[in-house]
Amino acid sequence: MSQPADRRTPTLELRDVSKAFGQVIALRSGSLTLYPGSIHALVGENGAGKSTLVKIIAGLYHRDSGTFELEGQPVDFKSTAESKAAGIAVIYQEPTLFPDLSVTENIFMGRQPVGRFGRVDRKAMRNEVRELMAGLGVKIDPDRPAEGLSIADQQIIEIAKAISLDAKVLIMDEPTAALSGVEVERLFTVARSLRDEDRALLFISHRFDEVFDLCDTITVMRDGTYISTDAASDTSVPEIVRRMVGRDVDELFPKQEAKIGDPLLVVENLNMPGVFHDIDFTVRSGEIVGLAGLVGAGRSEVARAIFGVDPYQTGKVTLESKTVPPNNPSAAMSMGLALVPEDRRKQGLVIDSTVGRNITTAIRRLLAKFGLITTGMENESAQVWASRLEVKTRALDAIAGTLSGGNQQKVVLGKWLATKPRVLIIDEPTRGIDVGTKAEVHRMMSELAGQGLGILMISSELPEVLGMADRVLVMREGRITAELDRKDADSESVMFAATHAAEESYA
Amino acid sequence: MSTPTMFTPTEPGTSFSSRIGGLAKARETGILLALLLVIAITTIKNPAFLFSSDGFRDLLLTPSILVIVAIGEAIVIITRNVDLSVGSILGLSAYFTGQLFIASPGIPIVAVFALGILFGALLGLINGALVAFAKVPSLVITLGTLYIYRGINLAWTGSDRIDPSDLPRAFLRLGTQTILGIPVLTLIAVVVLVIAAWYMKNTRGGREFYAIGSDPGAAELYGLKVTQRVLVAFLVSGALAGLAGVLYAARYGTVNAQAGLGFELEAVGAAVIGGVAIFGGSGTLWGAAFGAYLLFTINRALPVLGIPDFWQRAVVGVLIIGAIVLDRVLALRQSRKLIEARDEDHG
Repeated sequence: MSQPADRRTPTLELRDVSKAFGQVIALRSGSLTLYPGSIHALVGENGAGKSTLVKIIAGLYHRDSGTFELEGQPVDFKSTAESKAAGIAVIYQEPTLFPDLSVTENIFMGRQPVGRFGRVDRKAMRNEVRELMAGLGVKIDPDRPAEGLSIADQQIIEIAKAISLDAKVLIMDEPTAALSGVEVERLFTVARSLRDEDRALLFISHRFDEVFDLCDTITVMRDGTYISTDAASDTSVPEIVRRMVGRDVDELFPKQEAKIGDPLLVVENLNMPGVFHDIDFTVRSGEIVGLAGLVGAGRSEVARAIFGVDPYQTGKVTLESKTVPPNNPSAAMSMGLALVPEDRRKQGLVIDSTVGRNITTAIRRLLAKFGLITTGMENESAQVWASRLEVKTRALDAIAGTLSGGNQQKVVLGKWLATKPRVLIIDEPTRGIDVGTKAEVHRMMSELAGQGLGILMISSELPEVLGMADRVLVMREGRITAELDRKDADSESVMFAATHAAEESYA
Repeated sequence: MSTPTMFTPTEPGTSFSSRIGGLAKARETGILLALLLVIAITTIKNPAFLFSSDGFRDLLLTPSILVIVAIGEAIVIITRNVDLSVGSILGLSAYFTGQLFIASPGIPIVAVFALGILFGALLGLINGALVAFAKVPSLVITLGTLYIYRGINLAWTGSDRIDPSDLPRAFLRLGTQTILGIPVLTLIAVVVLVIAAWYMKNTRGGREFYAIGSDPGAAELYGLKVTQRVLVAFLVSGALAGLAGVLYAARYGTVNAQAGLGFELEAVGAAVIGGVAIFGGSGTLWGAAFGAYLLFTINRALPVLGIPDFWQRAVVGVLIIGAIVLDRVLALRQSRKLIEARDEDHG
């Protein structure tokens, strides 16, 4: 293991770290080296293994193989407490504070200074918090409860906690995702001053302008594997994007050409303040429209609003020229809309129920005779769909939760297809599904489009979007920032639209 | 550091400490005022309620046992759990106390207290171990032990019961004795309250109970010993129910298999009325103690005021629901205020 002679001992070094959860490999070979006095960026697509790597560093997961050293000493964290004691602080996208307790208590919980009889020294704590806040240049009342604080302020409290712990390593996992331009600037000012104190910072972000603005070193990951580390000054946005997505995308998914017909689903000027803005698009018969963007860009929220699960403030949704009433999923269903949600286990399936019952859930009312349903009736109807979708299960009486991810997804699909929809909205169709079944799900979607269905597919996986979609809509922070034809869409253009910050974000 | 105009400081005078502190105090003072009001109205109707020699004593004495149980219950609720077995623990400990005196007549009273507390602590430990290690919601676990402990009590007691004649006179005197006009039982309750409330407010351990109840997930990420704390909460609740059982035997002299029946609901009610949030994380033991006093004092006041028996139960229910509605309204107002203040800070 050779190190550059002119650099100091790294604060933190991971080499060839891997982690698998059962069959699913979350991290193949992660490597990361952080130096003191440096802000290091970690970039990669969703699912590239960044979060797994961070959780290993934080002591939340334990690595399966590879080395992990802190200031030259091998370490082996079994809990978050051990990692914390070693001087590692992690600031998550959604900070985890105690809402009922004061800012001061949140910063000192578990390690309060104590006086006689174990009495917590409130005055000393409050004074230190005042100093910390002054040092960070922010005004937050130490005595107010954490409840009601903005995410930005909660992050500042997490940072204050890290400083008072004298953390050597500070990891920020997409800290700017929920911040306004001003708040981002404040966070960066704090981050730079921490760097100047010789701490090592790791910054995870999808926003390249921020990465290049703040960080001096950039590490790229893809498919759970370390790709490269460069000085920020030696590389560029297009170069980094190429490394993030660099793989052959066309081979995986055999898309059949379908005849694209009349508009089915028309969404006009849909608005929900704070969630999404000015959403305008059309899905035609036989067409697969990909809705791309980063996690948190507001894609699922748009889907839920169209289907009527969530309300929207202004705008209009029509299906075959008929208005779909807002906030009324059962009306949307009977008009021919179907929504296959992102989280199969929670929203798509009754996990403890049988396959047969799951498939017929959405058509209960049609099946019932005199308001009664028998298992036989359910299974008879479910059999049709189970065999068409090739659900691999011994019997329709099998419990849905025992099936593999791919087969669960087929059951959910079957349930909605049984309602004979005109437009299918499908959110992350292949998340957590193994490669073989993935292609099968894609083949099914392709066939359905061939039969004249309109499909709106939300996906965070670029290859899937590029492989399947006839047209790609890209969302960023609640807005559609690009609409690309199949022939114009490539990794770079989609990724650019998904990450490129509009100028006005920075006042 | 950065542009100071962006983050205008909050005026120190309007700081949250004073406002929120005032709010929290208002919750406890509110209960205290309600209590005084009930006493005042009842006394006007029947002066003996307060001004007879027994009236004043009973006023302090009757709720004392519930106060002790409610303190333990409040600690458990603050950790976002609930202990439904306290009534059964009380009953079992009370009978255990009587049996101790029957089995070894010369036993020192102090030893009986110690054994009673230990016995309750053991039963609490069983609750805590099941909740903390088996990771089953405490509502289910303690509902189970409520019946199990009561069942053991029935099997052990049968149709038998402890009579005052089984107990030494010195022990029975404790139940009604007063020092400077204050009943001994009340003094014991006050000592327990002061120590426990001080611990919850001022020590690391006490604050961790609040932290765990406020957000168990965050508590894990903070590296707090959640399992251990929850275990301790149930242990303390059991020990205090055990102490209450000993006091029950001293106060009433008669203990059958029905002793302490339904006490768990009174204890939860007292905590809730006193402002302990049922989802944990906030409230004080003082509030729970005041809640216990209010609950029992109303129970005693209603017959004096000539309100029929049936309505007496309903009034307790109204009190509990009223307290929850009040808490909800206050919480909504507080969170609105906090968000407003944040926006002002960042305006």
